[in-house]
Parts: sequence; structure tokens; C-alpha cells
Amino acid sequence: MNYIFYLLILVSIIFGAINGKLTDVVNAILSGAELSVKVAFSLIGIMAFWLGMMKIAEKCGLIEIISKIIKPVTKKLFNEIPENSPAIGDIAMNFSANALGLTNAATPIGIKAMEELQKHNIDKTSASNAMCMLLAINTAGFQLIPATVIAILIGIGYKNPTNIIAPTLLVTTIAFISAIILAKIFEKIWTKQTATSDYANKIQVKGGETCSSK
Amino acid sequence: MFQQVMNFLSLWALPAIILLILTMGLIKKIPIYEVFTDGAKDGFKVAVNIIPYLVAIIVAISMFRASGIIESAEILFSGILSKLHIPADVLPLMIVRPLSGSAALGVFSDIANGADSYATKLAAVMVGSSETTFYVLAVYFGAIGISKIRYALIVGLLADIIGFAAAICVCNFL
Repeated sequence: MNYIFYLLILVSIIFGAINGKLTDVVNAILSGAELSVKVAFSLIGIMAFWLGMMKIAEKCGLIEIISKIIKPVTKKLFNEIPENSPAIGDIAMNFSANALGLTNAATPIGIKAMEELQKHNIDKTSASNAMCMLLAINTAGFQLIPATVIAILIGIGYKNPTNIIAPTLLVTTIAFISAIILAKIFEKIWTKQTATSDYANKIQVKGGETCSSK
Repeated sequence: MFQQVMNFLSLWALPAIILLILTMGLIKKIPIYEVFTDGAKDGFKVAVNIIPYLVAIIVAISMFRASGIIESAEILFSGILSKLHIPADVLPLMIVRPLSGSAALGVFSDIANGADSYATKLAAVMVGSSETTFYVLAVYFGAIGISKIRYALIVGLLADIIGFAAAICVCNFL
């Protein structure tokens, strides 16, 4: 990420200078920073709502039920995560919300799933394999109906906007499956995470048992 | 028929989920109001946690877009693109799609100008089948304080590229 961050900014400044758009580039810093805070603040309300809802869902055992149903799939994809972790149910809810195009619900639930995965992470600053898998599932953007795109097409008077549903579904499925396969391949070839001393101590205190989520 | 089923699903999905959660909570004799507010407390904290990560990503991407590099790439690659049956307008879309959701929709609206063209269909399929990879990464990892992303971005971007290639194939043959 260090290199990507540096490269994005370096390239912007060089090309901004070449294209004579350096003023725009500098202005973009301010507008970008402002936009970031706007985006974060616009998340507060809906985030609070879904975190509240998910807490009820967890307490009443609904998440557990969902976890049991999708266990065969998640066992393969998230093999580092204990089967009874609430993360599994959260991941299922996150995926369903995305598939139905409910982005406002999917993001808070996805973050909650990440928090659960963080409890099983051996290095709290680096992404575990399970986190990379969950991110791959989310960045692939699997969606049954591309509602926003169809709305735009209707807006411009496209003759048969629903024509794009079948090809989009096919393409999004291909991208989704590729993302999962790629995440699994990279999991094998990428440098393994090393446990931080903090985590290692915790395990020792508990007499070699893996630390529980409580 | 498929369309109607999907419309019904997307209309009822949220109300059904909310009702299911609340009803089940009451049946299990859970103080749903207290539990809800207790969980909701974290909303502010999570959103604030994300800010530094969002600022880093969104500022860098805003600068990148303002530099005019995307337009330069369009001119540079137009020859190769026409050989691959990709309309030149679609290239900026492919670059912008993983970077910014609103910018991608803007570029898409520019391409889709009323005509039932190949470019419009291709752009629609590309936008509809992908996500704003950088934004999702910043939000999801930012919320839990992950700064070492390992292979997450590579996988996301490779999957995007495969998706775009698939979109070109599908739109050419279907």
C-alpha cells in the first residue's frame, strides 16, 4: 500500500505538470479530503442502525442459524475461522445484502464481519487470509440486478434496459468466481502472516489454547 | 418474469430482514431496544476510524483523476483498443471504475447518450458487474485499522480485469 499511495500521488503530480493541470491536482487535495469526511460522516447513521440490528440478530441466535446453513461453503473459503464464530453469519448476511443490491446494509454488516475476523487475526495491523477473502468477495461486486445502471439507462431512453441484466449477471458471476479463486491462489503463494509478540504472549498465558473471542 | 421476481425481492428484502430480526428478538425475550442502542453506539466510532484511511485513498485518487492522465491514456491506447473491439470511450471507464464509484457513473453517463450502441451496452455491463475496489478496501480495512493489506488489492484488481475481459467477450458474442 505504501508504494501504491506514493505512485498514485507521484504520477498525478508528474502528469499534472505535463498536462498543465497542476492547479487542478492541488485543488483535488482539498476537495478529496473534504469528500472523505463527508463519506465517513454519511456512514455514521446507517452504520449505527445496522450495527444495532446485527447485535439483536446475534443475541437472538439468528446469525448462528444462518452460519449453520452456509457452513459447507464458508468452511472451504474461510478455513482459518472457527465454525461457531459469528463472523460466518455476518459474512453470509453481507453477501446476501450485496447480491440484493442493498449497499447501505451490506457495508455496515461487512465491517462488522471484519471486526469479528479481526478477533481471530494473529497480527492486528495486517490483513488475514480470511479478511482478504471477504474483501475479494466484496470488491468483486456480485449483484443480481444492476439497479443503478438500469436507472441511468432508463433515464437516457435506452430501448431495452433489461437486456443488460443477463450479460451483467454472467459477467459478475465470472468476476466473482475469479476473485475467490485468485484469493485462494494468493493465499498459498503470498508471504504468511507472522504472529505479533502481543498475540504470542496471549496464547502462552492461556496454555497453548487458541484465544477465544470473548 | 425474472424481472418481476427480482423487483419483488429488492422491495421486500430490507423490510423482511428487519422484521425477522426484531420478531425473533422478541420471541427469544431479548430487550431489543436496549440491545439495539448498545450495538448502535459503535456506529460513530467505526465511521471516525475510517476517516484517515479514506482521506489517504480519496485524496490520492482525486489527484490522479485531476492530473489528466486518464485522458492521456485514452489517446495513447486508442490504436490497440480498436483492434480489440473496445470503443475508446470505454477505456477511461475501465481505469476509473475501481477508483471512484461516482466518477465511474459520470463516465458511464457520458458514454450512454441515448443510442442503443455497442459501447453503451459494454459500459453498462462493466459498471454493473464490478465494484469500487479502492473504496471498499479503504472502508473495510480502515474500520478495523488494517494498514498492511497484503494481496487484497492485487486480487481485487485482477478480478476487475477478468471481469472487464469477460464483459468484452460476452458483449461481442451475445
